[in-house]
Amino acid sequence: MLDRTQDTLLQIEDLHAWYGESHILHGVTFHVKTGEVVTLLGRNGAGKTTTLKSIMGIVGKRTGSVKFEARELINLTSDTIARAGLAFCPEERGIFASLDVEENLMLPPQVRPGGLTREQIFELFPNLRERLRSQGTKLSGGEQQMLAIGRILRTGARLLLLDEPTEGLAPVIIQQIGNTIRKLKEQGFTILLVEQNFRFASTVADRYYIMEHGKVVEQFANTELDKKLETLHEYLGV
Amino acid sequence: MEINLPALFGQLLIGLINGSFYALLSLGLAVIFGMLNIINFAHGAQYMMGAFAAYFLLQFAGLNYWWALVLAPVIVGGIGIVIERAFLQWLYKLDHLYGLLLTFGLALIIQGLFRHRYGSSGLPYQIPPQLTGVRDLGFTFLPNYRAWVIVFSLAVCFGTWFMIEKTRLGAYLRAATENPTLVRAFGINVPRMITLTYGFGVGLAALAGVMAAPIYAVNPTMGADLIIVVFAVVVIGGMGSIMGAIVTGFGLGVVEGLTKYFFPEASNTVIFVIMVIVLVTRPAGLFGRAA
Repeated sequence: MLDRTQDTLLQIEDLHAWYGESHILHGVTFHVKTGEVVTLLGRNGAGKTTTLKSIMGIVGKRTGSVKFEARELINLTSDTIARAGLAFCPEERGIFASLDVEENLMLPPQVRPGGLTREQIFELFPNLRERLRSQGTKLSGGEQQMLAIGRILRTGARLLLLDEPTEGLAPVIIQQIGNTIRKLKEQGFTILLVEQNFRFASTVADRYYIMEHGKVVEQFANTELDKKLETLHEYLGV
Repeated sequence: MEINLPALFGQLLIGLINGSFYALLSLGLAVIFGMLNIINFAHGAQYMMGAFAAYFLLQFAGLNYWWALVLAPVIVGGIGIVIERAFLQWLYKLDHLYGLLLTFGLALIIQGLFRHRYGSSGLPYQIPPQLTGVRDLGFTFLPNYRAWVIVFSLAVCFGTWFMIEKTRLGAYLRAATENPTLVRAFGINVPRMITLTYGFGVGLAALAGVMAAPIYAVNPTMGADLIIVVFAVVVIGGMGSIMGAIVTGFGLGVVEGLTKYFFPEASNTVIFVIMVIVLVTRPAGLFGRAA
């Protein structure tokens, strides 16, 4: 890529991944710079979620290179990867039923100094403060998504991997998630977002990569969006 | 029917003591099953090893009951950790049946080795001098040691419940039981947690073994006799439920005691009859969540 400058936070090269026998990623290459919001777009099954999971080390077998702050992560276990300063918010949100909201919020350990305080998280998501004693899975879908994002902000991780944070949510909640992502960007978080909802992504992202058949097939910046709409239609059918 | 109160209370007391052991052992099984997905059939052998550890500590190191109460769970739990690293860790992705078969095999080997060396007649272990004697409760006599067993196992059960349900460490355990992959992706070393959990569950069995040593003789088959009943207790309470294991353990001990008084012929089978009824009406157990 052309703009591989010094402040590249995450550099992924020729990433392959397998679930059992099936080869899902066929050489994914892209990068994320410090402070950017980058979105992976693509149809269902293109390999977007698998890319996030491969970065986090929760896919059976993977090869290639995943460098975070110039440190190679490809052979590390997922707990070591998390401690390097990455945090993952899964598509299914992963709220624990046997934990109350507060326990869910406090579960991920701090991996670095500089995470948000509880108060800062409650400022972003006031609903959570009211529900601290509720069972995690008794929250509404939107509140669960806020909890899932909120709990990884405490850890001090600077790179957030968010897998379809708007899926299944009401428009007003989607707007709130969008505001949150913009605030997090202002605070210096770097975000790698997987989205099906292109309209939502276009309100928060700096750059896009389009994936198809386990590869990155196209990339463009938010400023090139108008020129690329036709390409997008072609790839995404939107 | 006339009720002979002293005899009734006597049986209730025996029931509570048996219940103490049922609760401690099924608690360990529940903790292990929750985290490892392994039905630890070696639990009875590990309970027996706890009793033997107490015996060895006294014979060869001169360390008394109180030392054994601390050291035996650590030693046998440590052996458990070796077993987990060497064998069990390879089975987590397989069906429950493999873990059950492996631990069952281990139990047979361990029991066989002890029987070969120590025979099956049993070795004596004295009640610690601080706990000898009997208390007159008016309606019945309560040996001090048995009162201690009931109180101490209640305390251990409650402590374990508190640790799992109310502390941060317990939150890790509960979360890792639900979704180990995600908990690990938060930066927590889940495999190490699993190893320590197995060590802890085995340690609980060994602790029960130490407590049993002065009541029942130290015997290679003491665990094999008990574990069958304990598995029935676990099935009735529901696999993986902490409170369920404790309440069911004590409760069934009492039920068994009452049966001994009212209908002694059924006292050996009552728990299994209850198990059948529970399996038919609530297959997940009284406290279990349906899978």
